[in-house]
This record gives sequence, structure tokens and C-alpha cells, in this order.
Amino acid sequence: MLAKCQRYIPLSAKCAGILFASFAWQTAFAEGPQSTPSIFAPASTPATSIYGLSLFVLAITGAIFVTVASMLAFVIFRFRQRGEDDTSEPPQVYGSTQVELAWTVIPVLIVVVLFLTTARMIFAIQDAPQPKSALDVTVVGHQYWWEFNYPKLGIHAVNELHVPLSSPESPKPTYLTLLSADVIHSFWVPQLAGKTDVIPNNINKMWIDPQHPGLYVGQCAQFCGVEHAKMLLRVYVDTPEDFAKWVKNQQQQAVSDETVAAGRHVFETQACMNCHTISGTAATGRFGPDLTHMMSRDTLASGAMANNKENLREWIRHPDTFKEGSLMPAMQLNDQQLDQVTAYLSTLR
Amino acid sequence: MADSTYPLPGSLETTPKRWSQAAVLEWLNSWVITVDHKKLGILYMLYSIFFLLVGGAEAIALRIQLFHPNLHIISPEVFNRLFTMHGTTMVFLVGMTYIFGFANYLIPLMIGARDMAFPRLNALSFWLTFFGGILLYYSFIGGGGLYGAGNAPDTMWWAYAPLTERAFSPGHAPDYWALSLIVTGFGTIGASVNVIATALCMRCKGMTLMRLPLLVWLNVVTSGLALITITPLTAAQVMLLIDRYFGGHFFDTQAGGSAVVWAHFFWIFGHPEVYVLVLPAFAIANEVIPVFSRKAIFGYPAMVSASVAIAFVSLGVWAHHMFTIGMSSAGNAFFVLSTELVGIPTGIKIFNWLATMWGGKIRFATPMLFCTAFVVQFLLAGLTGIMLSVAPWNWQLHSSYFVIAHFHYVLVGAIVFCIFGGIYYWYPKVTGRMLSEKLGKWHFWLFVSGFHVTFDTMHIPGLMGMPRSIYTYEANRGWGTLNMIVSIGGIIQAIAVLIFAVNLIWSYFKGKVAGNDPWDAWTLEWAIPSPPPVYNFATDPVVTSRRPLWDIKHPEDPDWKYE
Repeated sequence: MLAKCQRYIPLSAKCAGILFASFAWQTAFAEGPQSTPSIFAPASTPATSIYGLSLFVLAITGAIFVTVASMLAFVIFRFRQRGEDDTSEPPQVYGSTQVELAWTVIPVLIVVVLFLTTARMIFAIQDAPQPKSALDVTVVGHQYWWEFNYPKLGIHAVNELHVPLSSPESPKPTYLTLLSADVIHSFWVPQLAGKTDVIPNNINKMWIDPQHPGLYVGQCAQFCGVEHAKMLLRVYVDTPEDFAKWVKNQQQQAVSDETVAAGRHVFETQACMNCHTISGTAATGRFGPDLTHMMSRDTLASGAMANNKENLREWIRHPDTFKEGSLMPAMQLNDQQLDQVTAYLSTLR
Repeated sequence: MADSTYPLPGSLETTPKRWSQAAVLEWLNSWVITVDHKKLGILYMLYSIFFLLVGGAEAIALRIQLFHPNLHIISPEVFNRLFTMHGTTMVFLVGMTYIFGFANYLIPLMIGARDMAFPRLNALSFWLTFFGGILLYYSFIGGGGLYGAGNAPDTMWWAYAPLTERAFSPGHAPDYWALSLIVTGFGTIGASVNVIATALCMRCKGMTLMRLPLLVWLNVVTSGLALITITPLTAAQVMLLIDRYFGGHFFDTQAGGSAVVWAHFFWIFGHPEVYVLVLPAFAIANEVIPVFSRKAIFGYPAMVSASVAIAFVSLGVWAHHMFTIGMSSAGNAFFVLSTELVGIPTGIKIFNWLATMWGGKIRFATPMLFCTAFVVQFLLAGLTGIMLSVAPWNWQLHSSYFVIAHFHYVLVGAIVFCIFGGIYYWYPKVTGRMLSEKLGKWHFWLFVSGFHVTFDTMHIPGLMGMPRSIYTYEANRGWGTLNMIVSIGGIIQAIAVLIFAVNLIWSYFKGKVAGNDPWDAWTLEWAIPSPPPVYNFATDPVVTSRRPLWDIKHPEDPDWKYE
């Protein structure tokens, strides 16, 4: 029976898939240039398998709905009272054991099929053995931002996860170890895999093997405090060359530019350094994001805004402008200090 | 059975009251000190409807903020408080009280008793629940604590640890939340004990267990389930308070506590809770659908056993709320199976309702309209439930708008629809006047269309990756139009509920006089005057079948011949 179900998946993918997925896609692209993280546009094995399973389940539940709802519609139409004056009572029927048995046994069979298909998929995704070629990344959830550590590469990235492209010929999956520094978060990039909770004092694992290069967005999916909504996730799937280039850059020490020494001085003498790290300087704080290569990122504050000079200056001046309730305090710097720090940080490529 | 079993109206009535200050005070006092099951039932219902309006207003505020991406109408802090209060209110102050509203009012009438088994416990339970609710809302004022560090709770209605610990929630918000749930929980336990004792011990002559109206049966099952599930919730709240006040480390992850343990405690309460809320809604449908289809309920024994089976299986499915929490694959598979098993008795119920309507002469008065819509919507809610039970797919759908759409289909599409149906059905019994059918039809059609505009649409952003409990969303995600539609539907529903509120008040004064039995129904409560006298039945009734009034109305074809 299981084998039969498995053959059924691609078949149902063709019929039910066209109906449901196209609807979701149309709505997704109706509003101009988009990056919709639709679960019906998978780009990695776990997400693709789930997509196939979901079409199978949609086909079964859809068939049940059509059957029962049309019976109901028939009953409502056929057995409605016709004329107010018709007060005679219809024949009374109290039940039927055969009928009850029939509508117990059929659902039981459906449950058996669904359960076996589902269980197979759970084991296939959750217990997939980690190949030697896999990349390890440790994800640490913080209140409203993400930390990505690559233990074997010595990289501490923030908010924007870079992973290499994987393909069936040369598999290069990424295995994520999920930790939390404070409360429960959840790592969810719908096009790459289902979500897994990021729990303090508890280690969770998940894996992705993206098949198409590009940017995949997602966000924290477990309510984690005031700015849960702005704890966005960006996963960049790089070609092997791009990834190597990115790794090389991230492994460098921070740029040391004498023309912005004033800004560096402000950074090192104010409270900034208590929370942030910039390699090669006195700043070794771990509470906030590592800023060693902050200008290599496209966004600031976990995707809350684009990373440019104006936004950066405003973010330092008054973090609440973009992210009300963020844990970064406004340091009350004067205009000159703000300009100097912004200039300094802008050199950290 | 002689007609003298059912006393005529007015045989033992007191003299009518005059309106003066003393009389008004006495009237108010009579509601406060009452131990009469009917008055307590009405109090429970008024309380439930009041908080339905409050929780609904909170939902509208949330939907206005989400009308468009990146709006700043409501600040993130206030938004988080509002959705926490919306969830807590709807589940604990609306859901848990409507059950005992209907149960209190109807069970003694349906089983031919003069009151609940423990009238004073009944009053105590209501007032505990009442003050529990006030305690929760007092957090808006008192949650700040000495340093103004808190406010109303803002940790979601499931309050996952360690967000509720002192390190992340200073002030008193989680304290008010926990205390309020403990207090209302005690109220629920008292009321549940009372329902079970009443149904088992107060039945009139001839009312065997297999002749109990299904409403009574389902409320007994509900109460048993509530007794089991309130316990872990209360235990968890006490542990949370120990953590916060006595330096315990149950859920304090910074000191080696476990966040996962809270999740287990909460959901071993939280999932059966769904059935605690929905079984009394089924109970209402079980009474309304047969009467308006003019047929006996199809498969009474199957309905009873399906209800018991749902309650039993529901105790073993809690971790399907935790598929993403990192359980072992075998654990996940177990909870997939147990969850899908619930679908079988639930399916049996839907088929039995269908078979009850089959071959009937269905009268689509307002109560039946609501219950018919309920069957369709509950079918859909069950099917999205099956989708969510498929663990790998759940890894995608969990905590997304798809889940929100699913459980609102259950909580609104099934439960609230049945509550409305039930109120239209029994309002004549309670007040002696019919609710306006015209306003009722307006209420129904607006509500059903608003419901579908909102909650059908709401599934789609979930499939497109929109997580729940976010105060705003990015403009380029493609969720904007959908959220706008959802919000518009919410406003349509709000208008419908306001029409309902107007109908309740208007009909109380101007509605058509109902008489004893306006729906030509079959259970005992319709044998006595509307509103029923304080003593309910002047002489103890005797029943010979599940439909005592059918036997009286159709002496040539009584039910007891077939049971």
C-alpha cells in the first residue's frame, strides 16, 4: 500500500497542484516585484518533499470535502421544508448499524494511508544522515536578531546566512545546529525547509540543501517579544565561487582605515564596545551583533531596513525609528560623534 | 403519561413587582445572591457575551493595524498585549463560560430536575470565574507594578517559557495572567463537578442514561474532560509563580530549567481544551438539528460513543502543537497517528448530522441556519486539521496564518455559530419572547459572509509564509491585499454581532410572545412555561423515551417502541 501511495504522489501533484499552487502563486505575484516565501515554491529537498506530500494530502482532503459537501448541499436542497402549511412529520429513522460501520471503516482506511505516508516522510527528513561534504552552521537566536557561526571556517556572520549551492551531483547540504541566547525563537525559511524551534538550554537540528542560487527570505516564527515581527531572516544561496569569495572576506580582520580613526575612537570609548565585536579592536562584546564585516550585509537590524549610510546614522541615533523596542539603546551621541561613528562603520566591509 | 405532569403557567406565580428604588436594589441583590441554576445560567451567558464583544473589539484593533504593511496605528507593545488578551479572553472568558451558561440553564430542565446538584457551589463557581476575568483585565492598570515595567500580558495566550520569566517579563503582567487562570480554573472545576453530579444523580423517573438528551451527555463528557485538563494548567501556573516569586527554576532556562516542559504542560491542557470548548457546541447542534429537520437524531448510541471517544483520544494528542519543537521522529509519528485518529469519531458525528437531516423536512429558521453553516464549516475545519496533523507539512504550517485560519474555523465557524444558534433557539424559553427573525436573518447572512471573507482568505498568507503574532509585515512579501480582505471581513462580522446585540435587547421588550413550545420541540424544557417558574416542574415528570414531548404529541407512534 505504501508503494502505491508513493506512486500516487507525482500523479496527484499534476492535478491538485495546478489548482492550489497556481492560485497561491498568482496572488503572490499580483503586487509587483516580490519575494514571497511561498511553501509552494520549494527550492531545497526538505521543502520539496513536503510540497509533494502536501499535494497528496490536499488531494485526499479535497476529495473528502467534495463528497461530503455535495451530500450536504443535496440534503439542504432536497429535504428543505416546502410551504409553511406542511406540518406533517417525516418518517422517523433512528439509526442503522450498517451505515454507522461503513462511515467508520472508510475513515479508518484513510487514516492508515495518511499515517504511513506521513511517517515515512518524517523519518526521511528528520533522520537524514549528515554527509561528509556538509557544511556546519550554528544558529543562535537572540531577541530580535540571528547569529550564524561557522565553527570549521571561523566565521561569525549575522542576520544574513550564506550557504553554498547544493546539487544532486555534488551534494553540499548545510546542517544547522539551533541554539538560543534568551527565549524561544523559530527558524523558518519556507522555500528551504519547514521550521524548527530555537530553544534556550536545548539543542535542535535541521538541514537544507538549496538547489537554486538566490535570496530566500523568512522570519522568526515563534513569538519572542516586542520586535518579533522584525526578526527577519535572509538566506543567500551562493554558487561555489561566490561562496568561497564570501568566506574569504569574512575570514579577514576588520578593515583598519586611519581616515576614520575618530569614529573608531568614539566606538571604543562609548558603550558600543560592551555589546559589539569588531575584530582587531578593543570591542569584544557578545550581546549584540558582530560588526566586523557589517557593510558586507544588505540590511541592518535583522532586515528591518536597507543598509546605507542614512539608515545607519538614524539607527545609531534612535533605534526606535525603525525597530521600536529593540534592545539597542539610543546612546545620546551628538551630531559630530554620530557622523564619525557612521563613517567608521561604513568602512567595515 | 398524563398531562398533569406538566403544570400550567401561573399556578404558583408571585405578584408582579413595582419599579421603585428599593425594588431595583432588591432585583439586583437577587442576581448577586442567587443560587438558582437559571439565573446563574443567564449570568454565565451575559458574561460570555460581554467578553465576546470585548475580545471582538480587540480583534478589530489588530486587524486595523494589519490592514496594510508597515502601519503604525498601534505600537508593537500594545499590539502584543491585544493579541494576548484577545486569545486569553476568547478561550477562558468566552469559551469556558458559554459552556456553563447553556449547561446550567438547560441540564436541570432537560432531565426534569428542580436545580443543579450543588446550587451554592454553582454560585461560587460563577463568581470565581467572574472575578478571575476581572483580575485578568485589571492587569491593564495593575500590571505595571511599582516601576511601571509591565502592563497587560504580552506573551501570547500560551505564554511560552522563558518569555514569562522575570528576566524577560518584568512587572506583573504574567502574574495577573497566571492568577486569573488559576481562579477561573477553580470556577471551572466547581462547575464541572456540578454538571456531572447533576446529570448522574438528579434525573427524573424514567430518564435512564441512554435517554439523556445528547446536550446533557456531551456536557457530562466536557466536564469530565475539563476536570482532567484544568489540573496540569493550574499546576503549570503555580510553578510559573514559584519561578517568579520564590526563585524556582522550573522554566528558567538561564538556571537550567526547561522551556519544553512548559510547552508539554500547557498543551496537555491546551489540546483537550479545544474539545472542552467544541463538545458543548456539538451539544447545541445535536438539539437544534433534529428539531428543525423534524427527525430523531440519527444513531444516538453512535453519537454518545463518538463523543466519549473524542474526549478519550484528545488526551493523547497534545504534542501535535509541538511538532516543530524538536521531538524524536518516533515521537512525531506517534502524535501524527493519535491526532488523525480523532478524525474518525469526529467524522462519525458529521455523518450522523447529515443522516439526521436526510429525509427530513428542514425548517430553516435562524437557529437551523447557524447550525447548518456550522456543519459545513466544521467539516472544513476538520480537513485543515488533517492537513496540520501531517507533521512534515506542519513544520511549514505551524505558527503561520494557516493555523490561525484553521483554529478560528473551529472556534468561530463551529463554536460561535453554535452559540448563536443555541441562543436563537433557547432565548424564547429564557425570556418568554422570540428573537426577531428578521434581525436574525440579517445577523446570520452578514456573519456567515464576513466569516468566510476573513477566514477563508486567511489560509493563503499562511501558505505564503506569513507567521502569526507579528504586528506588521514587509511590503514586498505579497501579503498586503490578502490582509486587507481579511480585515474587511472582520469588520463585516463585527457589524453582524452588533445586530445580534441589538436583537437581544430589542426582542426582550418587543419580541413576539413565545409560549411554551415555539419550535414544536421534544425535550422536557419545552413542556413548562417560558420563562420557566423558579421551581421548574410543579410535579416530577416521568419520561419513557429520549423525546418525551414527541410521545405526548404522537401517542399513535411513540418513540419508546423503537429504542
